[in-house]
Amino acid sequence: MTTLLAFDWILLIEKLILIAIIVFASLGIALYTTFAERKVAAILQDRPGPNRAGPFGLFQPFADGLKLIMKEEIIPNTANKVLFILGPGLAMTAALMTCAVIPWSTSVEFFGRKIDLQIADINIGILYIFGVVSLGVYGIMIGGWASNNKFSLMAALRGASQAISYELAMGLSLIAVLMLSGSLSLKAIVEQQQAPGNLWNIAYQPLGFIIFFICALAECNRTPFDLPEAENELNFGYHQEYSSMKLGFYLFSEYINMIMSSAVMACLFFGGYDIPFFDESTLSPNIAALLGFLALFTKIIIFIFVFMWIRWTIPRFRYDQLMNLGWKRLIPLALFNMLLTGAIILWKQG
Amino acid sequence: MTNDNIMQALTNRSKAVDRAPMTFMERLYIPSILKGMAITFSHIFKKQPTIQYPEQKREFSPVFRGLHVLNRDEEGRERCTACGLCAVACPAEAITMEAAERLPGEENKYREEKYAAKYEINMLRCIFCGLCEEACPKDAIYLSETFAPANFARKGFIYGKEDLLIPDPVTDAAGFEKAQGGRVRNKN
Repeated sequence: MTTLLAFDWILLIEKLILIAIIVFASLGIALYTTFAERKVAAILQDRPGPNRAGPFGLFQPFADGLKLIMKEEIIPNTANKVLFILGPGLAMTAALMTCAVIPWSTSVEFFGRKIDLQIADINIGILYIFGVVSLGVYGIMIGGWASNNKFSLMAALRGASQAISYELAMGLSLIAVLMLSGSLSLKAIVEQQQAPGNLWNIAYQPLGFIIFFICALAECNRTPFDLPEAENELNFGYHQEYSSMKLGFYLFSEYINMIMSSAVMACLFFGGYDIPFFDESTLSPNIAALLGFLALFTKIIIFIFVFMWIRWTIPRFRYDQLMNLGWKRLIPLALFNMLLTGAIILWKQG
Repeated sequence: MTNDNIMQALTNRSKAVDRAPMTFMERLYIPSILKGMAITFSHIFKKQPTIQYPEQKREFSPVFRGLHVLNRDEEGRERCTACGLCAVACPAEAITMEAAERLPGEENKYREEKYAAKYEINMLRCIFCGLCEEACPKDAIYLSETFAPANFARKGFIYGKEDLLIPDPVTDAAGFEKAQGGRVRNKN
């Protein structure tokens, strides 16, 4: 009984509240990312974009969501029903789980309690993210396979092999960053970039960032790597048989993945919640935390815009080009980058 | 003889396809991707040519040919005498009519002694060529600026006299003017 009482219950409540806020905020932001996608596409193509639902079309995502929910739910009669329903759920869960280790800001103080704005500061944060991202492949595979449709299955195979190929280069480019930071904890990586005298990792790892960014595009199934869901020429993707909100979950999880990978990139290479050319330590901790969160959020928004900008600029790769780029270019480049970083670190240590 | 001699260049814009292997910079792709991104970015600042349709409408060309209108004269009498020239002229055979003789006392309704008791245009057959308008000796039919009819059934696209007749200028002068819309070329 005493051990039960000794448990820090307030910590549990505080973490639960934080989880709820972050999950719902990610869902809300993902909702508006779909809207932003359409607006950015429109503006880059000299169109006004959705502007009918509400002021400036701001209610459009709700109309889209409502439409998806109201649509008829179709489960093919040859599909494996359990796995068919599990697929989108798994994709969504994997997408949302990533947010657990991202340091959203420094800590805030409420009623004398210091609250970290990070759900879990685990010392293997980056490894955890990689593990969860790999789980996301199961959502694609199960969805494509359980539909019992040859086109879905082939798209799922395309998606899975793409994700696995690019995860390698992504991991290798990351090793160079980890050599610099000496820690797998995202918080430690951010704090190290924030420390006086240190620049953001992008300054030390420009090549690593480019590789990581390209791989992030591939991991999120964004153009030019959106082969798993090529609507027009490859007969749609692994979610071909899905309708209603199950399709919505797949599409939604992709936008959440985009937000999360933007957040990870911001943390690894762009100083996370660090405000450039500004010393936060002089401010009161709550205001510094708020400004830090805004800084991270701005970085995420810029990354999302770049994702969209790329999507509406370049066409997608052919499948052999995709594999060539992944295995013959990015992996050797990432290995070279890793060796170079290691050599320079050793040389500096003398 | 080579192909070049046979093929005569129609314009001086033709260019031989460059099949040279890509240089290192080209194989990197990134410079050309950045170039493309600069182009799409510049489009953010371009003026949008969009017209917000139901609120804003583009002006029609003076030769626009929309749905038909059966005209009246200044006293509100129907001009059509059911001569059938429009039906004969119609290449799509969209027009049918039945003639009737004007009875005494109907002089204020019909301009001539003979009038169209039934006048129908099948808007699905019509190709909006305007030959009926040209064929009409009485200036009774012309194509207005109204367009884009929508209906749930094919039957709804067969326009009768009640759909086609212009508002009476005596009782509804404004509606008459609007329906004519500067389209009637010779108002005699």
